[in-house]
Amino acid sequence: MTPSSAQMQGGLFQRYDAGGFFCEMMRPAGRSEAGIDLVVERLARMDLEDLRRRANDAERELYNRGITFTVYSDKNAIDRILPFDLIPRILSAAEWTQIERGVIQRVTAINLFLADVYNRQRILSDGVVPRELVLGNVNFRPEMIEFKVPHGTYAHICGIDIVRDEAGQFLVLEDNARTPSGVSYVIENRHMMLRLFSDVMSGLRVRSVENYGMALHQALAELSPQSVTDPQIVLLSPGIYNSAYFEHIFLAREMGVPVVEGRDLVVEDGHVWMRTTAGLAPVHTIYRRINDDYLDPSVFRPESQLGLRGLMEVWRSGGVAIANAVGTGVADDKAIYAYMPRIIQYYLGEEPILPNVETRICGEVDGLQYTLDHLEELVVKPVGESGGYGMIVGPHASRQQIEDFRAKLKANPANYISQPVVKLSVAPTLSPEGVACRHVDLRPFAITGERTWVLPGGLTRVALRQGSLVVNSSQGGGSKDTWVLE
Amino acid sequence: MSASERSESLSSRPDRLLSRYAACIVWLARYMERIENLARILDVTETFARDDRDARNWLSIVQINADEKRFFAKYPQATAEAISRFYVLDRDNPTSIAAAIGCAHENARTVRPLISTEMWSQINVFYNWVRQLGESDIAPWRISSLCAALKESCQLHSGITEGTFFRDQGWSFYAMGKYLERADQITRLVDIKYHTLLPSVQAVGSALDVSQWNALLRAGAGYHAFRRVCPRGMTPTAVVGFLLLNNSFPRSLVLCVQQVEWYLTQLRVRYGLRGGTRALEHFDALRSALIDQSIEQIIGSGLHEFLDWVQQQLNRVYAEIAGAFWETPQEQSQQQ
Repeated sequence: MTPSSAQMQGGLFQRYDAGGFFCEMMRPAGRSEAGIDLVVERLARMDLEDLRRRANDAERELYNRGITFTVYSDKNAIDRILPFDLIPRILSAAEWTQIERGVIQRVTAINLFLADVYNRQRILSDGVVPRELVLGNVNFRPEMIEFKVPHGTYAHICGIDIVRDEAGQFLVLEDNARTPSGVSYVIENRHMMLRLFSDVMSGLRVRSVENYGMALHQALAELSPQSVTDPQIVLLSPGIYNSAYFEHIFLAREMGVPVVEGRDLVVEDGHVWMRTTAGLAPVHTIYRRINDDYLDPSVFRPESQLGLRGLMEVWRSGGVAIANAVGTGVADDKAIYAYMPRIIQYYLGEEPILPNVETRICGEVDGLQYTLDHLEELVVKPVGESGGYGMIVGPHASRQQIEDFRAKLKANPANYISQPVVKLSVAPTLSPEGVACRHVDLRPFAITGERTWVLPGGLTRVALRQGSLVVNSSQGGGSKDTWVLE
Repeated sequence: MSASERSESLSSRPDRLLSRYAACIVWLARYMERIENLARILDVTETFARDDRDARNWLSIVQINADEKRFFAKYPQATAEAISRFYVLDRDNPTSIAAAIGCAHENARTVRPLISTEMWSQINVFYNWVRQLGESDIAPWRISSLCAALKESCQLHSGITEGTFFRDQGWSFYAMGKYLERADQITRLVDIKYHTLLPSVQAVGSALDVSQWNALLRAGAGYHAFRRVCPRGMTPTAVVGFLLLNNSFPRSLVLCVQQVEWYLTQLRVRYGLRGGTRALEHFDALRSALIDQSIEQIIGSGLHEFLDWVQQQLNRVYAEIAGAFWETPQEQSQQQ
């Protein structure tokens, strides 16, 4: 006999209330999952003090192991951890299958779109996506025109941000096709759970996240110039002061490759070399974690100290491979996002497996008018920003904030898109008041070499402030382990 | 480095070591060794300097680190409190423990792909602990236990490193850094202490005199070993001879120099690196100076001059290693 989740609430969940949102843990009647019910039952037996103790242990361990990002103020460098919530977010096998297929479909379309806009530009000639939106986009790189990348893959590493509405439907909120980060937390979170929640996990068949490093290494090796049998892969980082440096280290360790900086590399004889104690050693594939405009000062920002002079030329002549390719930003732009269902349809002849959130482009007359008329109800985001900066959530904004934003929007409408406020799903989360509902999203990570592979689960981000819909780590977000049940 | 110096193999080899990593691993080892030495010196000075020579003993720490100018710009006198603050807490003082652990941590962060998780985690915990130390931790009645804890953290680092650090090139660079620093530290310690204690030659055999030489031996954890080697007495010459020339004492100059030479040779023999040849040439002179001379001869022809020459040789060895393996002058100056 399996009682429904709602009836099981005791202990930790005694006062839990999902507030009318779709709850990832306490599924609505008729949509329960045996595996999830088992976890609820186990968690319900735990008392709050026990959970808090484990949460403290987790926090201390993350801090001690330096799983941190560094915040600089004056001359002080303060190491902060990304807050971690121990109560997992769980996906059933069927839910995962839908997400996995949807992500693969989306990544495939993104790569076909990139190959097209940098070559024949059929989608522009056919009028599916406005020419100006692509060619006039700040992230469109004319340097990439007619450059054939291996396997036609531009976005080798993609993170697709997915949310779930109050009906439990998955929706894509954003594509990240440049240098998405966060995958290190997926794996570190799992390690933490295996240590601190082994009793809760015991006997559950949760899909492993261990092989991300190997999958990444393989995809990067597939890119390298074909004559090389045992390619040297490196991870190009801006250095130890970058906020994602922990992740750079993590991925390099998982792949067993060095983290290099621009100053470790030289271009000579049409190849890239790294400075080693034995002299210059060849580099075949660069997994770069620096932005396009810093990659090569001879092509992009001339003042950049982070990149490598001459890199683009070596890449174009086949001397080295780079992932992700330059110019992928044109595909994950928030304005292009609005066209993604049509892009999928255009290249694949399929309906999107994961629909978009309904999106209006303020650069278009109708879209702007609608947005101005409904500012109080909408989320309005600048197209070029990430990290949750510069956006407004209408229902949570004051009258003054809305009027200020209205002026900004009118001054530069093309810079914005608007979406209805999605009532993001929630998951039980430890808060100062006990276990309470908090909004979550999901960023699965896809790796594309010859084919696309999706890491089971992904990064579940959680907005730790009550009622907040902003899950970004820069805005008070934390993370949870994501369990995909077999 | 030119194209002609490229490593021969075109396929990737696991023992390849990024030049910048080699530099950082050397400096990680050096900073950790420096912290341990400083903690040792502070500890014995605190324990053995509670007498009328108090000020001079504390001052010797400033002299060992050649910090006179910067120290006296901040403090009028070399008191126990001022020294403890300057050398433990003061992050603006580059020779302080707080600054050294900051540098060690930064180097460790850089070579994080190379070192074990356990090494990194311990350095990280150590670093966070040192950063939260405050005035109350350096109170006179706590400084000794603080030094013991600092020393033990360094020893914990050494133990974890010995037990978990992969034995490839990186290990050789680590060991060279550690022994180069240890060699440098022992020459500084002997140089300053010998001259600080020299006026006491008139008071040879007095209780006070012996306690000072005891302290010097204890700073290097060499007291009991010295007693075993020289059970009959304690002369300045014997103590200095032990600290510099005893090839079983793990902190002696001669042992450290031999270790540096051995690891440098390993780079050539085991990893086929051709870069260390010029650094190795300095060891002929060092070896003959340390092995072919007695301590009486060394003192007879001027201990200070001798130690000065040794330090210069060690600096040259370091410069040759840096030049051969990671080059660029601005990189070298950044590390220090």
